[in-house]
Formats: sequence, structure tokens, C-alpha cells
Amino acid sequence: MSRELILQAVISGLLMGLIYALVAVGLTLIFGLMEIVNFAHGEFLMLAMFTAFWFWALAGLDPVVSLPFVVVLLALAGILAHFGIIRRLLKAPMLAQVCGTFGLGIALRAAAQFLWTPDFRTVTNPAMAGRVQIGSIFIGQPQLITGGVCLLSFAALWWFVTRTETGLGLQATAQDRQAAAVMGIPTERMFALGWAIGMGCVGIAGTMLSTFYYIFPDVGTNFALLAFVAVALGGFGSIAGSLLAGLLIGLVESLGGLLLDPSYKTLIVFALYLAVVIFRPQGLFGRF
Amino acid sequence: MSPLLDVQGLTKRFGGLTANANIAFDVNEGEIVGIIGPNGAGKSTLFDLITGFQSPNAGRALLDGRDITGLRPDRIGRLGLARTFQKLKPFVDLTVTENVMVGALAHTPVLKTAREQALESLAFVDLLDKRNHFARELSTGQRKRLELARALAMSPRLILMDEVTGGVDQRSVAGLVALVRELKQRGVTIVMIEHNMQVIMRLADRILALHAGRRIAFGAPDEVRSDAAVVDAYLGTIDHAA
Amino acid sequence: MSSSRTDILKSALAESLWPRPPLWVGAFGAAALALLLAYPFIFTTPFAHHLMILILLYALMAQSWNVVAGFSGQISLGQAIFFGIGAYSSTVLFAKYGITPWAGLMVGMLLSALAAVAIGVPTLRLRGHYFAIATLLIGSSVQIVFQRWDWVGAASGLYVPIERASPWFYLQFHTSKVPYYYVALGAVAAGYFAVWKLRRSRLGFRLQAMRDDPDAAASLGIAIARHKVLAFMISAAMMSVAGTFYAQYVLVLDPERLFSAEISIIVLLMTVLGGSGTLWGPALGAAILVPLSEYSRIWFGGTGRTIDLILYGILILLVCMWRPSGILSLLEERIRRRAEIP
Repeated sequence: MSRELILQAVISGLLMGLIYALVAVGLTLIFGLMEIVNFAHGEFLMLAMFTAFWFWALAGLDPVVSLPFVVVLLALAGILAHFGIIRRLLKAPMLAQVCGTFGLGIALRAAAQFLWTPDFRTVTNPAMAGRVQIGSIFIGQPQLITGGVCLLSFAALWWFVTRTETGLGLQATAQDRQAAAVMGIPTERMFALGWAIGMGCVGIAGTMLSTFYYIFPDVGTNFALLAFVAVALGGFGSIAGSLLAGLLIGLVESLGGLLLDPSYKTLIVFALYLAVVIFRPQGLFGRF
Repeated sequence: MSPLLDVQGLTKRFGGLTANANIAFDVNEGEIVGIIGPNGAGKSTLFDLITGFQSPNAGRALLDGRDITGLRPDRIGRLGLARTFQKLKPFVDLTVTENVMVGALAHTPVLKTAREQALESLAFVDLLDKRNHFARELSTGQRKRLELARALAMSPRLILMDEVTGGVDQRSVAGLVALVRELKQRGVTIVMIEHNMQVIMRLADRILALHAGRRIAFGAPDEVRSDAAVVDAYLGTIDHAA
Repeated sequence: MSSSRTDILKSALAESLWPRPPLWVGAFGAAALALLLAYPFIFTTPFAHHLMILILLYALMAQSWNVVAGFSGQISLGQAIFFGIGAYSSTVLFAKYGITPWAGLMVGMLLSALAAVAIGVPTLRLRGHYFAIATLLIGSSVQIVFQRWDWVGAASGLYVPIERASPWFYLQFHTSKVPYYYVALGAVAAGYFAVWKLRRSRLGFRLQAMRDDPDAAASLGIAIARHKVLAFMISAAMMSVAGTFYAQYVLVLDPERLFSAEISIIVLLMTVLGGSGTLWGPALGAAILVPLSEYSRIWFGGTGRTIDLILYGILILLVCMWRPSGILSLLEERIRRRAEIP
């Protein structure tokens, strides 16, 4: 086991982890705001990937160019989801919330399969194709740029949530929505904003993924599972937690695949989830 | 005669906040002990510590001489200590009768007997006419009585009541007071957290006053109401209804 | 106590312990029972038999989810685990040691119950969402394990050895599906009877109390952790029976199918649609969704598999948004409230 191989695994694991983190942060934002776990989260990621794909396949737009469009579309989808569906589910018992978002996910996934067949698609020859060599390590350029975009997104999100008035409004609603409402912060709008931002993050992740990952209707499922692990590990509702947890999961998955049988790497991540929720239920930074 | 409930130095800290600091008091069989204190004084936390919903950092609680500190809530319930909750917890998808039957099932495995006891308990709190309704259909005042009936169906030796008159209209308060009095007559020992000063002064044999997690007074109502610390922290003038 | 109160009390005590359903429900039930018993002779095509067998099978599986979630409040998304354990237990015992699948059925139930304990003890203490996700992940993990476990055939799975003699001993019927139908009917009858009894027992009341408010239930003397695991064990055993039956029906085990999340999800969908927490909700859900699935596969050909899922998903979403307690809850509510039904 050469040092290069391990270093390679570490770097690619961290880069992948950034994507897991970005997917997870949408999930954690929504939960932090309204205590709903979006079991359709993976399907929204899948939709983002397909949207980027079709922009490329039908309009010839490279994902880098279509990124803002995908983000806007996903954000709109999030707002639509909130006003159309989630708002009703909030009043229902938890069973209904779990089953409701689950049902949405199933319908979306099946619709994708119906409309676009289960075939795997790829964006061939994206603008950022190529490899970068650092020392004896090779990193795909799409992956590297994706990592950068994810980090930038986190920075932007962090800045927004902590430095802008609206962002602080989000935090307030997450901590105590009644108190926030009394102070004039409109709860409904904050919820919709949470969905918009969460889905926007998914839009970014999906578009970037489309430059180097296979695109197919079931693609969201595994990312969603890993995102759940990341959210639990990082702490439900914590942005920083999602970032760190995503990185950790990417790392564990990559190293686990290298040092043990690759098909067991998912098992290792799941074992990580169980260990976290059993021994430290609140995760790294969460409020339980 | 040793007390039915003996609380010795119960302490609970949440990070930097001390919710209960060294609380000590006792309750004799057959008496009513009231607990008063401003919001945030640690009253409900104290109940949680006694009934096993939280574990104390220090101190212990003895039920009829037996150490119940740190036991699970269901164990403590089976030992004869019942409680109601400030935030009402009805079993919403069960009927009123079924709700109370769950209480009765704590000490009898036979459903028929449990139902009979449940109905008697409902008769006691005057909820019989709603017996076949689902618990979610009840008003707040009715839910309070349901909660009480359910706890009573356990045939407890000691019942901890958390804000039984809270959120209830004036007319119903008198009814609840009469209920509590009748309970005492039947030999049930009662500890009750109350905000309504008139109610507590009339009902309690002894009163425990809490403030900022500490006990500031414990004794007969007249002593407590005139205790300087209590007046200072809480009462102002007790001629006002709380 | 006032005399009027004592009067009410007397009449309340005189009421029967269980509400009596209105006459038409009884009549409907009798007719349905007669139809079920005579079904294979009324509808004689193999497809009709297959359809009903699937409905019965899923009705049993959905009821198993109902026990742990609808009655006890624990949202398991991993019921397929026990389905697979049931299928594999009986098949391995039969294929490798010649043990009759009936005994294998029992072993499967036992192993599933043990698995439920092993999984449940560490995870059931978690709050709702966390537990649901944990079961999802464990289900996925178990699938991976079985796909790599050579002793049980790994990813290629296992074949149930064909035996044409002694069909009842080997629980394999090759000339007609009708015996399968009656076995399935028997299993469903036993399962639903067990749940009916459970509902009317002390345990049943305690499980429902635990579902509605665990803290209040604990204060009333109910050991929460123990009851959660118990509910999980019962539902695991039911699921396992379905798994063994399925193995004997299709005679081939494919770990990707057996442990699939799809199975875990479908049993949930059926129960939520039909009425979570009611006795017949799971059966109603199965009776709606199985034909939907089979017929959409026929009408839409290859893409049929997805159309029924689209419909499932939308249906569930709508139910959860507008009537989360499912279709039958309204009826059941009125019976339990002893109200007049128009």
C-alpha cells in the first residue's frame, strides 16, 4: 500500500466528501427550521443532475454555464414543494411526514424512470474535463473544480446565515419560531427560504456531479443515505457540522474502500451512523 | 412515622444552569403539599427528577423508605407514584375510557376490571359523558381531568400534579379544588405544583416555595405566606389571584 | 356522587367491553369471507390465483408493519430484513439439510425475532426519524452482506430444490396454484386473528399508549424500551412467515429482491393508504395497490413497473397530506366511538 495510493484516496475522498456535505446541508437546514426530514432529498439531487444533463444534451450548455439556471430551477422547486406539500405535512403526525416525503421521492424517482428510462447518462466532454497532476497524485479536473465550488458555496452560505439580516432571521426561526414571529420574522417565508436555499445547494451539487458522475433515476438514493449519515453525524441543524461530517464520510468511504473490500465501504459508513446516533445522538454540533 | 416521600438534596444542572439546587422536603401520608414558585424556579424539573424522567446530579428521593433515585419512570409508576404533566399528554388516538384503562392496567391484567375502574375514575372527575369520545376531541379543561383520571386509575399512593388548574376557567377551578379535596379524603397523598395562590393556600397542608432552583421556604401556608424571602421573591401581595 | 352520575356510571358499566360494529359491517364481513373461501373456484385462471395470492401475501406483510408502526408508533423502514431472513432460513434448511419448510418457517420466525432484538435494542431508543433512517441503513447493509455471503449463494442467490412428490410436506405445488392460495389465506387468517387479539389485550393497549405518548405511557407503568422491542419482534416474525411462503412460491431467492428497500417501502405504503392502526387497513391497502401494480404492468408493458410506483407515490403523498390516518380510519373511528353510521 503505497503512500501515493493512500494520499490519492484521501484527496478523492475529501473531494467527494465536499459534495456529500453540500447535499447534507440542504437536509440539515430544512430540519433545523421545521423539524422535517426530507426523505425525497435524493430525488431532488437526481432532478438537478438530470436538469443539468438536459441543458447540455438539448441546448448544448456546459454545466458550468447552466449552473445558475439549475440552481434557480431547483430553488423554485423547493419553494413549490414547501407551499404545495410541506406546509400541509407540517400539521400532520410524524408518521405522515415521513411517509409523505417518502411518497414524493418514490413518485419522482419513478417518473424519472418513466420519462428518461433507467439508462445511465453522462455529460461527455464537459468544459472542465481533464486531469491535474500534483506530484504523483492525479486528480480529475471536474472533481477538483467541484470541490472548489462546494467550498465556495459553504462560504457563501455561512456568510449569508451569519452576516445578513435574512440569514439571521433564518437562525432565529430555527431556534424559536414563535419568538421570531413575535419579533416580526415571517415564519412561512423563512420556511420557504429554507427550502429554496436547501434545494439551491442540491442544485449546485447536482450540476457539479453531472460533470463526472453517472446520471440515472436511482442515483439520488445512495447520496441521500450518505447525506442522512452526514446530518446525524454533524448534528441536525448545524451547517458547520454538515461540512465536517461530509468530509469525514467521504474520507471513511474512500479509505475504507481502499483498505478493505470496496463493496464494504457502504457498510462502514453505516456502522459510523449507528455509532454516532447511539453514543452521541446530538452529533458533533447539533442540538438534540 | 416516616414520610411517604422524602426528598433529600436533589440537584440538577444543565450545563451552566442549575435547575434544582439541593432541594429537600418531605411529604407525610395523607397530606397535601403544595409547590409554588415563579416561572423557571425549577418546579417541573423537580417532578421530573422524582419520577425518573431526569436523573439528578446529586441527592436522592425515597418513596416509603425505598430509594427510587435513578429508577426508570415506569418502575416508579408501578411502585405507586403517579403524576400528571403540565404539558398535557393524552393518548389522542384512544377513547377517553381507553385512556384511563391504560392507567388501570398498571395494576390489573384483566381488561374487564380495568374498564370498570376506568369508568369509576371517570365518574369521579365527571367525564363520563365523554367516555366514548376520542381524547383528541376534548377541551383543555376536559383533558386536565382526563389526565387526572388516568393517573388516579393506577390507584396510586402518591400523586404529583403539575399545574392542574392552569389554563382552566374560573368556574372549573372550583370543581377541581373539590376533586382534590375529595381525593385527600380517600387517602391519596398529593403533591401539587400550583400558580393559583388562592387554590394552594386553601388546599395545602404544607407548602414548598422554590425560587431560582432553591428552596426558600417550607412549612404551613401561613408561615410560608409571611416568610420574608417568599414575599420578596414571589408573592407581592397575596390578595391578588395569581 | 350525584345520583345522575351514578346512573350514568351504571349504564356505562353495563355497556359491553368492546363496541359492536353495525350490522352491515358484519354482513359485509360474512360475504367477504365466503368470497375468499370460494375465490379459486369462481375465478379459475392462474393469473387470478396469482393476483389473489400476491394480495394475501402483501396483506400479511403490510399488517406486520402495522404492528410495529401503526399500533406501536415505531416507523421501521427495514421490514425487508425479516422477509429475507424468513426466506433464507427455510430455504437453506431445506436445500442443505432436507428439513421441511414448515419447520423452516418456525426457525425463520425465531431467527427474525432474534434479529429484531439485535437491531432493536440499540436503535429503538432513538427518536422517530433517527430510528427510521437506521432501519433503512441496516436494511441496505443486510442486503450487501447476503450478496457477498457465499454459503447462501451470494449474489446469485439460492434455488429451492424442486420436489414433485409430497407437495404438502415440501410446501411446493406444481400442478396448480390453488393450494398456495389456501396456505396464504390460512397464514393471513392466523396473522390477522393474532393482531385482532393483540388489539384487545393489555399488551395492545400499552403499545398504542406508547405510540401516542411514550412519556405518559411510562408514567403509567409501561416499560417503553421493552415494549418497543416486543412490537418489533412480533412484526419481524410475521414478516418472516411471508418470506418463507414467498420462497416456496417462487422457488428462487434473489437477495437483491428479497432485501430490497422497495419491499420495506411498499408495506408501509399499503398500510398508510388503507389505514394505519386499524385492523383491516393493511388488507385494504394491499387490495388496492397490488392490482394497481399488476394491471399497470400489463397495460403499460415494460414501463408498467414505474407507472404503478408513480401512482403509489402520489397516492401516499395525497393520503398523508389530507387524511394521514388512512381510508379506514374514518370508519373505525365511528365504530369505536359507538356513533351512528348513516
